[in-house]
Amino acid sequence: MLYREAGDFKTSYVADSQTFPIAFDRYRYWVVLAVAFLVVPFFITDYTANALLLPFLIYSIAAIGLNILTGYAGQVSLGTGGFMAVGAYACYKLMTAFPDVNILIHVILAGGITAAVGTAFGLPSLRIKGFYLAVATLAAQFFLVWLFNKVSWFYNYSASGQINAPERTVLGVAVTGPNTPAWASYLVCLVFVTACALIARNLTRGALGRQWMAIRDMDIAAEIIGVNPLKAKLTAFAVSSFFVGISGALFFAVYLGAVEVGEAFGINKSFLVLFMIIIGGLGSIFGAFAGAAFLVCLPVVLKLIGVDLLGWPTDLVAHFQLVIVGLLIMFFLVKEPHGLAQLWRLAKEKLRLWPFPH
Amino acid sequence: MKMKTLSTLALTGALTAGMAAADLVIPDLSYRTGPYAAGGTPFSDGYQDYFNLLNARDGGIGGEEVRILECETGYNTEKGVECYEATKGEGALIYQPLSTGITYQLIPKATVDEIPIHTMGYGRTSAANGEVFNWVFNYPANYWDAASVMINYLTEQNGGSLEGKTIALLYHNSAYGKEPIRTLETLSADMGFELTQIAVDHPGQEQKSQWLQIRRERPDYVLMWGWGVMNQVAVQEAANINYPMDQFIGNWWAGAEHDVTPAGAAADGYLSLNMNRIGDLPVFGEIETMVHEAGNAAGDGSNIGSVLYTRGMYAAMLAAEAIAKAQEIHGVSDVTAAMVRDGMEALEITSARMDELGMANIGPEFSVSCENHGGSGLGIVQQWNASSGTWTPLTDYIEPDNAVIDPLISEDSMAFAAENNIEPGCL
Repeated sequence: MLYREAGDFKTSYVADSQTFPIAFDRYRYWVVLAVAFLVVPFFITDYTANALLLPFLIYSIAAIGLNILTGYAGQVSLGTGGFMAVGAYACYKLMTAFPDVNILIHVILAGGITAAVGTAFGLPSLRIKGFYLAVATLAAQFFLVWLFNKVSWFYNYSASGQINAPERTVLGVAVTGPNTPAWASYLVCLVFVTACALIARNLTRGALGRQWMAIRDMDIAAEIIGVNPLKAKLTAFAVSSFFVGISGALFFAVYLGAVEVGEAFGINKSFLVLFMIIIGGLGSIFGAFAGAAFLVCLPVVLKLIGVDLLGWPTDLVAHFQLVIVGLLIMFFLVKEPHGLAQLWRLAKEKLRLWPFPH
Repeated sequence: MKMKTLSTLALTGALTAGMAAADLVIPDLSYRTGPYAAGGTPFSDGYQDYFNLLNARDGGIGGEEVRILECETGYNTEKGVECYEATKGEGALIYQPLSTGITYQLIPKATVDEIPIHTMGYGRTSAANGEVFNWVFNYPANYWDAASVMINYLTEQNGGSLEGKTIALLYHNSAYGKEPIRTLETLSADMGFELTQIAVDHPGQEQKSQWLQIRRERPDYVLMWGWGVMNQVAVQEAANINYPMDQFIGNWWAGAEHDVTPAGAAADGYLSLNMNRIGDLPVFGEIETMVHEAGNAAGDGSNIGSVLYTRGMYAAMLAAEAIAKAQEIHGVSDVTAAMVRDGMEALEITSARMDELGMANIGPEFSVSCENHGGSGLGIVQQWNASSGTWTPLTDYIEPDNAVIDPLISEDSMAFAAENNIEPGCL
């Protein structure tokens, strides 16, 4: 009834090709943004920020990045954790080397450095694909973690090998370090998430995104119709790593404040982000958000229910968490192999006909 | 997805709003799952059982009931942060995360929130300088003390000199394992032994290549900074290459029963440090009757008296004593986190007090001051006897070499102060 194309007349090509062609979708989009920017910051607490919102936003950026590479361009990557580490360490080196430069610029530069590293590790993708490429990116994962552990220049020769984010401000408000108010760190991440999602959405709708998808669907056919695989694959690696680098920088600087590379950016992180996009939906920006929300919020919700409501022992709940998350992953993959994004899509299709399905 | 986030928010809000009480809140950031659970479980059992004993026997501390908030971290820093944020609003008095990684996360946060952290024999060593780290305490001993105690023990074993000896450090490749490197490097330059550093990556199940290197180089001694599953694997691998166990010394986190039992008889003679003494303390009987038999045992109640259980109980005792001290200083029984900090800084543990608590000689006598949050730094060396399945203390408390450690602590803490614009001073 509400959700339909009918009556929404487009009078220009721009209007016709906009991201959300259905009026209701557009309003919903603006309402979500308005709530996120104008309402949530007033109600946020340290707990909601640090346990739910910051990890959700930061993992969303990483999932968008990986989704571009794996979901849109079809190049499987297991190096996400390593590339996040590049973003984090680049951000740390920049923060400590140029303390007067704004932290937001450092985060973007960290993304740029990660893009360069990602492109270098993307070179093998021109010769190998599928499982073999996954193994090559796995090598990147282990190599990068080893590098940041081994070369003490990266952690400024500190005794413990940890990197700690010093306090940096934006417009006079601390956004890194312990004095950061919850709303400030939330807003910084939110701005980055919004910008990344917009860029990603528009890139994937444009010529570049179509080239990626052509390569994903059938690389030989794509080459025959004139898509340059070198350009398409390397841009996918670069753009993907850029987003992953930004998420790594935010993960270190804004969210945790201190990281240890092996623990924070190990192989588990690569798998976690990969699971996010598989559960959320490959080749969908919404899927990246849905997957991140699922894997970040679900354990916390299960913990709240198990420990705080039911009063079960913490270890039992921790074990149950693994079982339940695992079962839900299997359930979703069996019931809907295209992820949460597909469920969303189906729901929207149904909504169009509601309440008079034929 | 937005709906999901919002409903989670609502749920969290409802849960946190529902709890407010005027008792002494002690969070226990434990880990009973994951590769480090073998060490985390007995420590947490001992920690909780002691507070439960105080509740059952004395009605809490100074008449105030103790409420324990357990939160599972899995030794993971992200979960550790979540646990910290979830518990701090409840009026948490003191944090003991039992993880160097989580400690590094919490130091800046807890300093801003003004909640003391007690990292007993782990965490950031330079926190011993209380003028820089006002809210962090690591008494009775720290990693650099441990490194120095080991070297002092070996020096004594070798007739006063380690000149020309080769010593390998097998360490967990993390902030925890890297802590002693700086001290050992300084000591190696001073005393003329040769130091080899061998890293083991998290979680430490894979150590073939490291032990191949040890087999090839045959160092005179192997020192180990290990935790969790890494310890068991290392002891087993040492047995596999026939490395003499009495030349293999673990630090105090690599010297519990569960570290050596998997290797069976082959682990006989393995050495490790300990910061507390173990033995049949009268307090265990009280815990047995008043906590376990009352059905309030933390965990399955099987760990009583083990090395890490004893240490967890010791940690709880030190926290309880600090709270009692805070109640005495401020004259109120319902103390705040800031008052507990004052109590920790004025803490004095005497032999008479330990006798009174039914824990005679569990630790060394020490006192804390604003300048020194690190305690005395003493440690003993103990040896595993596989046939009887017990640890035997070989030495009395050994002193660390403070002439070496103090300059390092001051250097590292001053670097931290400069980085974070801290003006060193007492509160």
